[in-house]
Amino acid sequence: MSHQTGALIGRIFGWGVIALIVLGVAFDLGEFEIPAAYWYALVGWCFVSAGWAIVRQNLLIYVTRRLLGAFLVTFIIATATFLLLRYLPGGPFDTEKALPPEIKANIEAKYGLGDPLPTQYVNFMTKLVQGDLGESYKYLGRSVSDIISETLPVSFQLGFYSLLLAFTIGIPLGVFAASKHNTWLDTAAMFLAISGVALPSFIIGPMLVMMFSFGVPFSFMHGMLPPALWEGPLYYILPVLTLGMRPAAIIARLTRSSVLEVIRSDFVRTAKAKGVAEMTVLYKHVLKNSVIPVLTISGPLVAGILSGTFVIEIIFAVPGMGKHLVQSVTNRDYPLILGVTLVYAVMLVVANLVVDILYTVVDPRIKLS
Amino acid sequence: MSEVVAPISNPSSIPDSKLPQAKPSRSLWSDGVLRLKRNKAAVVSLGFIILICLCAAFAEFVAPYSFETQNIDHTLEGPSASHWLGTDGLGRDLLSRIIFGARMSMSVGILTAIMSLLIGGIYGAVSGWFGGTVDSVMMRFVDILEAVPSLLLLILVMVIFNAINIFENPELRALTGIFLAVSVVGWLGLARLVRGQVLQVKEQLFVEAARAMGAPGRLILWRHVFPNILGPIIVLLTFQIPSNVLFESFLSFIGLGLQPPYSSWGVLANDGWRAKSYPHLILFPGLALYLTMLAFNLLGDGLRDAFDPKMKNR
Repeated sequence: MSHQTGALIGRIFGWGVIALIVLGVAFDLGEFEIPAAYWYALVGWCFVSAGWAIVRQNLLIYVTRRLLGAFLVTFIIATATFLLLRYLPGGPFDTEKALPPEIKANIEAKYGLGDPLPTQYVNFMTKLVQGDLGESYKYLGRSVSDIISETLPVSFQLGFYSLLLAFTIGIPLGVFAASKHNTWLDTAAMFLAISGVALPSFIIGPMLVMMFSFGVPFSFMHGMLPPALWEGPLYYILPVLTLGMRPAAIIARLTRSSVLEVIRSDFVRTAKAKGVAEMTVLYKHVLKNSVIPVLTISGPLVAGILSGTFVIEIIFAVPGMGKHLVQSVTNRDYPLILGVTLVYAVMLVVANLVVDILYTVVDPRIKLS
Repeated sequence: MSEVVAPISNPSSIPDSKLPQAKPSRSLWSDGVLRLKRNKAAVVSLGFIILICLCAAFAEFVAPYSFETQNIDHTLEGPSASHWLGTDGLGRDLLSRIIFGARMSMSVGILTAIMSLLIGGIYGAVSGWFGGTVDSVMMRFVDILEAVPSLLLLILVMVIFNAINIFENPELRALTGIFLAVSVVGWLGLARLVRGQVLQVKEQLFVEAARAMGAPGRLILWRHVFPNILGPIIVLLTFQIPSNVLFESFLSFIGLGLQPPYSSWGVLANDGWRAKSYPHLILFPGLALYLTMLAFNLLGDGLRDAFDPKMKNR
């Protein structure tokens, strides 16, 4: 197969993923029910695209090794968390009012807490391998998988839109600042960006609520946006803005410095010399070559957003998974803690792998090994 | 930096005193300090940080009231002559609470940063210095810890510490807990940085020369490697302090850290958030936190440009 056809196929895959995501966002924001077929299509398309990229860039061995490593990391995290929780002083059923010992013993027998530790561990692991995370101790009669599958989509939505916002604001702002290098516009844009890094979400969130929901200090803004909950696109605005601000600022700063570096390179001078329009140079030649450092940071960014969802969910009463992160620990709800930890860890590992594969797609010069 | 030296046509005819004097040699450090001094934003930030630290250290003398004196006749008042930044729901003076909060927040931020530096620095140095299997095992451990969301780690350490319950004094207990939790989370980045730097420096010729002359490893690390990696470490430390201050505020904000009547910026932010329609309660603590974060970030940028020229514009 010729090089051109290969590149074309890759491009079709890439634009396909983007088109599907745009479609999904349109569905979601238009408050349509997203059909199950959409998810199958999206996941299928992503898998096929990833497979294509892996084969074309000769990444099969690399990805296999990374996946094995990911399994190992997940296994170790599960084991470590399990042991840590069992050795924690106090147990999940130590209530303020001491339970009668028989009842407590019964409860502990029900959850297998009286068994010797190795037995508990083997039971836990065999269930985990089958995808069964057990039953919550505090939400009686509900399995951890149920709780997670109910709350994770909300957190995912919040995180996804924030990341989207971060890129759509951050990259243009960075390019803009770089193109106006050493003018007051550059300074202003970068001051904005550094402020975004310096403003913690638990300060800016409540302030935004005060402004847009309670109408302080401008009373005409009263009731403009709902202050809390998660029931439609209007509800998304404040939480997403609060969560996306910091990553947007980080991306803007990084894009700016990266663009400034590329702008000085020879091929940009050549393009300018042969008379390509300023804007075309900026977006076609410079930007494409400056996104790699931005991609590099998106792994840690995803991690930050994952942790960030939790504060946002408290401030805006968003019914996501973050709530369980703290409550499960203070409640000593062992299965839920383990479930939430594992979900976070897997998401982090997957995000990092995806970012690494994306590098090679964006810049074929990069060789992963 | 350009210094024009006039061309000398006939050196012998010029008296010695007129000859261009050799520029006094400047070390890497004085060069860096000079560059830093030229960066106005960084200098102002440094001044601001010193001011905040002084206020925090001498809070008893600076603050107009105590952080816990309640005045039920004057609750939730806006800024006035007697209470410059207003009062909170129990009539406590907000300015005083912010100043005492600075003491808590800053001391946690700075102490934990030093603690992380000690743990991470030693860990990274050992890992990078020995290399090979030791290095890969030690770094895998860091990888694993990084895959656990830092928030969860933070909360776990706090909960464990609260369960162990060593100290009777609640303030001391909360503080030690926060201190431990933030240090545990913060050292990972430093370990990575120090390891990378040590790996780079230990291959360089002057290290090889020292080794060839028979210097013991400990001496080489301390005398040759350490001074060479100090720049990036100081820069990262400057960014670590604000992020640790944020961690503390965050812990107190979600109610796992310090509790009222004790004051830290996180406690105040939590109070302000709960008080919904009294904007001054969140505005002023928020402003204190924001300005401090801003100052540390600007100073960090300045330090990086001055001492780590390779990273300029990053």
